[in-house]
Amino acid sequence: MNVLRLAPGMGRRLLVAVAAGAAAELAAVGLIGAAAWLITRAAQQPSLAALSVAIVAVRAFATTRGLFRYGERLAGHEVALRAQASARERLYEALVPAGPLGRRGADLLSRMVDDTDAVQDLLVRCLLPAAAAAVTAAAAIAVGAFLLPAAALVLLAGLLVAGVVLPACTAAAARRRSTRLAPARAELAAGVADLVHGAADLAAYGATERALEAAARADARLAALERRQTRANAAALALGTLVQGLTVAAIVLVAQAAGIGQVATAVLALTALVSFEPVLPLAAAGERLAGVMAALRRLREIRATPPAVPGPATPAAPPEGPLTVRVDDLVVRHDPALPPALDGVSLTLPPGRRVAVVGPSGAGKSTLLSALMRTADIESGSIRLNDVDVRDLAPDDVRARMTGLTQDPYVFRASLRDNLRLAGPDAGQEELADAVRRARLETWVERTGWDTTLGEDGRTVSGGQLQRLALARALLHDPEILLLDEPAESLDEPTADALMADLLDATRGRTTLLVTHRLRGLEQVDEIIVLESGRVTQRGHHDTLTTTPGYYHDLWTSETLTAGTR
Amino acid sequence: MHKDLLRLARAERTVRGHLLVCVTAAVLAGLLVLVQAELLAGVLSGAFATAALLPLAAVVAARALLGLLQGVAAGRTAGALKSALRGLLLGRLRDLGPARLSAHRSGELVTLAGRGLDALDPYVTGYLPAVAVAAVVPFAVLVRLFTADLATAVIVLLTLPLIPVFGALVGWQTKAVTERQWRALSLLGGHFLDVVRGLPTLRAFGRARHQAEVIHQVAGAHRAATMRTLRVAFLSSLVLELVASLSLALVAVPVGLRLLSGSLDLHTALLVLLLAPEAYIPLRAMGARFHAAMEGVAAADQTFTVLRPDPETTDPDALQPGAPTLQPVAPALLSSVPAAKPGVPALQPSAPPLSAASTGPRLPAGDGAPDGDAPSSAPDAASRPPTRKGRLARTPSAARQIPADGGTPPPALAVARFVTGGDAGGGDAVRSPGVPEIRLEEVTVRYPGRRDAALDGVSLVIAPGERVALVGESGAGKSTLLHLLLGFVTPARGRVLAGGVDLADLDLDAWRRRLAFVPQRPHLFAASVAENIRLGSPASPAQVAAAAASAHAAEFVEALPEGYDTAIGERGANLSAGQRQRIALARAFCRPGAEVLLLDEPTARLDGRSEAAVIEATRALAHDRTAIVVAHRPAMIDLADRVIRLEAGRVTAETRPTTGATR
Repeated sequence: MNVLRLAPGMGRRLLVAVAAGAAAELAAVGLIGAAAWLITRAAQQPSLAALSVAIVAVRAFATTRGLFRYGERLAGHEVALRAQASARERLYEALVPAGPLGRRGADLLSRMVDDTDAVQDLLVRCLLPAAAAAVTAAAAIAVGAFLLPAAALVLLAGLLVAGVVLPACTAAAARRRSTRLAPARAELAAGVADLVHGAADLAAYGATERALEAAARADARLAALERRQTRANAAALALGTLVQGLTVAAIVLVAQAAGIGQVATAVLALTALVSFEPVLPLAAAGERLAGVMAALRRLREIRATPPAVPGPATPAAPPEGPLTVRVDDLVVRHDPALPPALDGVSLTLPPGRRVAVVGPSGAGKSTLLSALMRTADIESGSIRLNDVDVRDLAPDDVRARMTGLTQDPYVFRASLRDNLRLAGPDAGQEELADAVRRARLETWVERTGWDTTLGEDGRTVSGGQLQRLALARALLHDPEILLLDEPAESLDEPTADALMADLLDATRGRTTLLVTHRLRGLEQVDEIIVLESGRVTQRGHHDTLTTTPGYYHDLWTSETLTAGTR
Repeated sequence: MHKDLLRLARAERTVRGHLLVCVTAAVLAGLLVLVQAELLAGVLSGAFATAALLPLAAVVAARALLGLLQGVAAGRTAGALKSALRGLLLGRLRDLGPARLSAHRSGELVTLAGRGLDALDPYVTGYLPAVAVAAVVPFAVLVRLFTADLATAVIVLLTLPLIPVFGALVGWQTKAVTERQWRALSLLGGHFLDVVRGLPTLRAFGRARHQAEVIHQVAGAHRAATMRTLRVAFLSSLVLELVASLSLALVAVPVGLRLLSGSLDLHTALLVLLLAPEAYIPLRAMGARFHAAMEGVAAADQTFTVLRPDPETTDPDALQPGAPTLQPVAPALLSSVPAAKPGVPALQPSAPPLSAASTGPRLPAGDGAPDGDAPSSAPDAASRPPTRKGRLARTPSAARQIPADGGTPPPALAVARFVTGGDAGGGDAVRSPGVPEIRLEEVTVRYPGRRDAALDGVSLVIAPGERVALVGESGAGKSTLLHLLLGFVTPARGRVLAGGVDLADLDLDAWRRRLAFVPQRPHLFAASVAENIRLGSPASPAQVAAAAASAHAAEFVEALPEGYDTAIGERGANLSAGQRQRIALARAFCRPGAEVLLLDEPTARLDGRSEAAVIEATRALAHDRTAIVVAHRPAMIDLADRVIRLEAGRVTAETRPTTGATR
């Protein structure tokens, strides 16, 4: 894996962090080695001059160790923060073109965001400590080789076990366990999410206790797995301690057998003892590494997923002047295994014309809008803007001209003002207020306040308010071709009527494609297209359609009957 | 140790036991280091024979075993603690009830009860044992040093306190700043997630690319701020390292010089050299684990905030310690233009005092009803006569006493039955005896942090078997009225009577068993379609299928890959809104025993044809039952015997449906 690619332009900083970390560990080894030499040599009562170098070394190592450590931590965290930011930017870049995510849910998104944190862990908890440990181990082994090669071999063996074998084992074990831990975690998360988000449903149906029990069972299963994991980790740590102690004992044994003297033996033993300090935590790092690698793999997969709608290599210049949309024999398929969602749909939307698309749910109405907005790809047929095929245009350029109120609008955790202004960054208060008024949202805005933060998941925003907020955005954005997906959905009847009346007023003379399941007011639009199972089954003006047998007629009859007041 | 956490650890027997084992093992292992130093110094100085390496190996093995024991016990402690907290938290969610739950940031609650508690792991498994070791081992080392070499012992004794003192000084200086930074960090994570979730919306308005630049800028600014903080925060560890290593130099150099003069023997010198660092290591280990531990403390704080039965837990801000910091970041994330005034008028604590409705004690589901005097079986409740008009004037406190004097003469009942039976017009004069009359007397409901009452002095009588449509603008209080009847919210003033019994005195579980509810946005659970329809009832597969058919869900359910056994994905993501709605309707159909239907816009997301079908189904469902339906569409309204219009929490009109075209 290429860390520099994860953290571009950070090679130097990374190097500084590694160097500082290694220097700090080396200073620690040096300190104990020099002190051991100083003391055992002093016991032989040489002249003071013979000790002066060791005394200076002891003081120097003692002073620098902390400073190096400080430098390492700062540099390491700086690199990690940059790496995380860049991982997030890259993930975001990968997500911007529509598609890689498809219709995946919110939990998957949060896991992806968590995955970007893995880059931080990779650097701070795995790579930097490993590099520092490797340098320290090499230095200690070099000292050993200089004093007694046999002892160096023992040390090498011990360090390899503690620093390579044990981390490899913990990493392998963690990988194995993660295949069981991840589903257990997901199960618990789903259970908790059900309890929170479905609280009303559960309480109303007296199913809360059962859901609590299910969550408790999931918790117990997860706890059992986690217990096993901590046992393995504790075992690895204990083994490390054992290896450290036995290595030191073996070195003393070898050194005494070789008769290299008290000074060398003490230096060997104490350097060996201390050289394990940065190596022992690697077992825990190995465990973390397994999770980190899995996270990085998932991020790579996301980046490797081609966008649902490929943009052209060299986008054509977007057409100028009043725009006409021509849809010819359009086929769109979401899943190769399923019948197409749109199967040969044609329509023309000349400037100023308003077309309504009606049909039962699942008929392909929203798919048509997705295709127009270039978030669903065209299998065959074409969509042209003034005779330029949209496939030759950059998807962003298409959306800049053709957009509006989409399905599942999102409320950001930001002020009401900013939630609106994202659709019109340069809009002044006057324009904001106007969009709000036209979306019939002014009472709510007055009550809520422009600067109130709107909640996550739009929880503090009711369905109707959310819909009107989305409509206000669309009106504020004012695209050349306005697309409206069920603007009156989940509004109460009088408001919906008033909104549709307003909407039809406001869009008079502007190019509009309106998807709706309410027929009231549609006599005002220029053309109505009835979609059923991906095909156009009827088209024409309201007056014609209401008198022709078919879906529209049926729906209209049922609507007038139930409404009664036509 | 965290105060509340400690109390919990004491109370839970398993936690207490494991924690004790863990801490004891950690301290014993720490003390064995002293023995190890003793033996190693002896061997290296030649005071002990080479054979002393054997006991040395034994000590090392014992340390390893104790380490293993400590790790296992620590894992068990953490696991037991997390399970206990999770259980308490989930129980608390239940007791809060759906209405107050939605005032919390539900996403954060889910995270907290799920992975959020994992932040306790480093605290329990790392920090707590380190604290115990730090409390014992340095003193043991000091005692040994005093008996070995007084001069060294004095140096260590003088420098050792510097570590906590400096640590506290630097920590005290940086604590507030660091805490703010940590919160900002999690906030940044939250905002990135927010932006990723809202990407389709950003894309629709051509803001997606621009947002990449904003993400970059926010991350950059955040990093700069974080690094400024860390430069100070890491000073504490710098001081700890410096004190520890300089003390070693302070010990080693004089010891060397005294060896040179022959006033000290090598064994003692080596022992001192090996032991002196061991006095500092526990303190440094404790310091090193401090930050990770603080995250655990934060998680614990958050948990206990939710668990605390105080009024502030109902404050929507209770779970967002980062709320103030949110303000400067949030606008930056969405637009490059700073917001004019980042105040939060509606959610500020300066809003009117929280009402009794949400802050006062509330009957927890299932165990709050007094056993003796609250009738919980249906016929019993129904035999309570309707309350007389005169009681409307009662003060709320007097109204609470209703179960004690509920024995008004029975003839009124017969009249009521006759009247409603004839009125609701099915021909059968006597409705099912179980269906209760529902009566609201001057009911006011307030939500915490909202200025206006959600319901404001509403009085209503809904006769058994009556079909009532609630209409009005969004936010007028229609859903609140349903939540009131469900017992999700309690009145701040006034009372709700079901079959003549105050809802506050009823066993809520038993009462809810008599209801069938379809919420505005039904939640689909991570289970099979059949489980989702069955939800809480023991219905057979055939009954489930019948319910689905009645709700016009059978067709699409049977088209699913595994039919009724198909697992519904995360939040029912693989079903359309209309399909989700119909599953929720099927739930109501799956409770043939329910007497009162509470439907919140059952046709809101359906197209015309499905709507007509669902309306037919609802009509069938409402037969012989009381139905209270929040309705937007004329067809649904038309189903009702009576239309009640709510405006800003008040009943402004009661009418008959205007058309009757379909009846």
